Amino acid sequence: MRWSLILGALLSGLALVAALVSFLWTPADVTQLAIAQKLLPPSGQHWLGTDHFGRDMLSMIMVGARTSIAVALVAVGIGMGLGVPLGLLAAARSGGWIDEAVMRGNDLVFAFPSLVIAILITAALGPSALNAIIAIGIFNIPVFARVTRGAALPIWTLDYIRAAQVAGKGASRISVQHILPNIANLLIVQGTIQFSLGILAEAGLSYVGLGAQPPTPSWGRMLAEAQTMVALAPHVAIIPGLAIVVTVLGLNLLGDGLRDALDPRLRRSP
Amino acid sequence: MIQTSRLSVEIGAHEILRGLDLQLPPGRITGLVGESGSGKSMAALAIMGLLPEGMRAEGRVDLDGRNLLDLPERELCRIRGKRIGMIFQEPMTALNPLMTIGDQVAEVLRIHQGLDRKTALERARDRLDRVGLAAPRFPLTLYPHELSGGQRQRVAIALAIALRPDLLIADEPTTALDVTTQARILDLLKGLVRDEGMALLLITHDLAVVAGIADRVTVMQQGRIVEEGPTETVFREQAHPYTRALFAASTHQPRLVLPTAQPRPLLQVEGAARAYPLPRRGLAAPRETLRAVDGVSFRIDAGESVGLVGESGCGKSTLTRAILGLDPLQGGRILLDGQEIRTGRAMAPELRARMQAVFQDPFGSFDPRWRVEQLVAEPFHLTGLPRDWREQVAEALYEVGIAGDAMRRHIHEFSGGQRQRIAIARALIIRPRLIVLDEAVSALDVRVRAQVLDLLARLRVSHGLSYLFISHDLSVVRRITDRVLVMEKGRIVEAGPTHQVLGQPQHPYTQSLLAATPRIPAAWQAHVPVDGLALAPPAP
Repeated sequence: MRWSLILGALLSGLALVAALVSFLWTPADVTQLAIAQKLLPPSGQHWLGTDHFGRDMLSMIMVGARTSIAVALVAVGIGMGLGVPLGLLAAARSGGWIDEAVMRGNDLVFAFPSLVIAILITAALGPSALNAIIAIGIFNIPVFARVTRGAALPIWTLDYIRAAQVAGKGASRISVQHILPNIANLLIVQGTIQFSLGILAEAGLSYVGLGAQPPTPSWGRMLAEAQTMVALAPHVAIIPGLAIVVTVLGLNLLGDGLRDALDPRLRRSP
Repeated sequence: MIQTSRLSVEIGAHEILRGLDLQLPPGRITGLVGESGSGKSMAALAIMGLLPEGMRAEGRVDLDGRNLLDLPERELCRIRGKRIGMIFQEPMTALNPLMTIGDQVAEVLRIHQGLDRKTALERARDRLDRVGLAAPRFPLTLYPHELSGGQRQRVAIALAIALRPDLLIADEPTTALDVTTQARILDLLKGLVRDEGMALLLITHDLAVVAGIADRVTVMQQGRIVEEGPTETVFREQAHPYTRALFAASTHQPRLVLPTAQPRPLLQVEGAARAYPLPRRGLAAPRETLRAVDGVSFRIDAGESVGLVGESGCGKSTLTRAILGLDPLQGGRILLDGQEIRTGRAMAPELRARMQAVFQDPFGSFDPRWRVEQLVAEPFHLTGLPRDWREQVAEALYEVGIAGDAMRRHIHEFSGGQRQRIAIARALIIRPRLIVLDEAVSALDVRVRAQVLDLLARLRVSHGLSYLFISHDLSVVRRITDRVLVMEKGRIVEAGPTHQVLGQPQHPYTQSLLAATPRIPAAWQAHVPVDGLALAPPAP
């Protein structure tokens, strides 16, 4: 299915382009309040209308994309950076106590709902975008550890690993030189999916007030602030909601497309 | 009777089978012989109407005067299983692991004959009895994982013959099995053909198997039949050059290498032992252990080639891993050049560098993401990468007969035989004293196998190498080793010069192995000088 790859890249690319452009130019200043122009519907001057403080919605969405992408990206980075080495270690020592310890630790993290831990972290450290990153990042670690271990185990049984062992290479060297390149495609796919979940989680945390704090625009908080005004001006709720949906859908499609394109086990002969 | 006439299979513009005429009379066994890529499996799939998508079959496959190629899929479903049964090479994956063997055989009867479950199970019992899985020991409630490979293949046969088909197609039915199991399965197939009046199409690459069982033999090359006739005639006359080349390769004797006059021990295995705990049979049952390697001692002298033979589960893999320093021993020790072999970092790289290995699977032996030059250079990890490593890799590839442009390519661009040559180049690159060859030629076609055996014999002379040649194939061990060790249940039961052990075996296990090994009768082997043997000229 090539179309899912293309459509996914286009949709998720939209958010990325919006975020990048916002560094250079936005239609209006998002810190500028203009109460007189509050809750205007979309028009020629404000393409997506204005919110309850009279801020330009398009500008808000563009700057909000920056927050969402930054939080999700760093969180996935934390998850990969810690989870992949843990998974490689567990696979290299499979059946041993290290493997057991890593995997049971994973189960422990999995056992807590991510939002509860996030609330715990923000209660301890105070709400901010950084703490949202930490909370989401922690929940990415076991996901990557598990995927890595599961993909690495069958590779450890292959003869080229034996050949590397006969060449005197240790487990860590084999993990980096042979295992990692051969599971990279799976990790990229998982990374895309976790990225979309990260955007969703950031929106969720911001919605309950535990993510980015005002005045930094965030899609989740835009939704939260809009909910009392849905009846008056539906566009203030619909537009950030749509931004989240389109980006998450795009990333999921991209992940599916990448999986089909990169994983030879799923590749059908033409 | 089922017959094909002018059966052709195409994918796009590419012809896979060309004008195949096969007669499969009831009560007869037809052997279909050829190398990989000859189209022999494709012929079976075409007869069954199971060709992969995108392939088109033309010509006729006649059953009772109806052309199977013209029938719609619904009709074919009724014929498959009922009139034509099929068994495959891999008994491990041919059965559903979640269904009992009784239910699997009964399912066929219920689908095709509409029997109720009870009657179907009774008939399944009868069929399983027939294939040698008799009542008290093999209840219908067993699951596939509770059976050995040979027993699973028997269940697969019971499935295929449940409805007494007119034709049974067996695609390499014994290739994945040990020799003694192979002999029993072949006997079973022979008996079934005789008793039930089936036709059997036996597809194999092994000429010796065909010699022992088939009434007629058909030789295929590149999608065409090159020779066909009664087995003995084909074997005696070898009319077609390709047939002659196949025969020559299957009995090809590489050059003789004389061991050095003054023996010096290179590898000494002293009382090696390793046991594995077995799963408990019950909650209160004591935990039993499997003595995988049970006090094994032997030695390999410098320049010597020693064979280690035995069936799967005899402990040769465990022993091999211990010799290569991959797994620790629990008792005894292994010395290489007088120094003890240990696992991991406990073994000095200089010592490890004196030993390399070539593995069985030409497809799994190489990291698919590395280039050939990196792959071959990997053992330099033990010695440090020399400045001229590229030249040394090129030299090693040249020695095994691989062209120099291979260096920048990836492994998937090479055939099985070429990969095994590259594996040998990788083993040679750091000039080891000992090469452990773990079933290194088992997965290769006969002609490629003959070339690789020649290569091994030549390298042994030019590099003064020692080989530990691990194999279940006695005919190969006979041709390449000076001494042979026979292993059974973790112990070495017989050892001695190869010609002596395989000529006058003393131990009953060795005798049973030899008796089970299929071979071409000596009288059939024509001594025609072979000119068509497509062996690569040895590199200077």
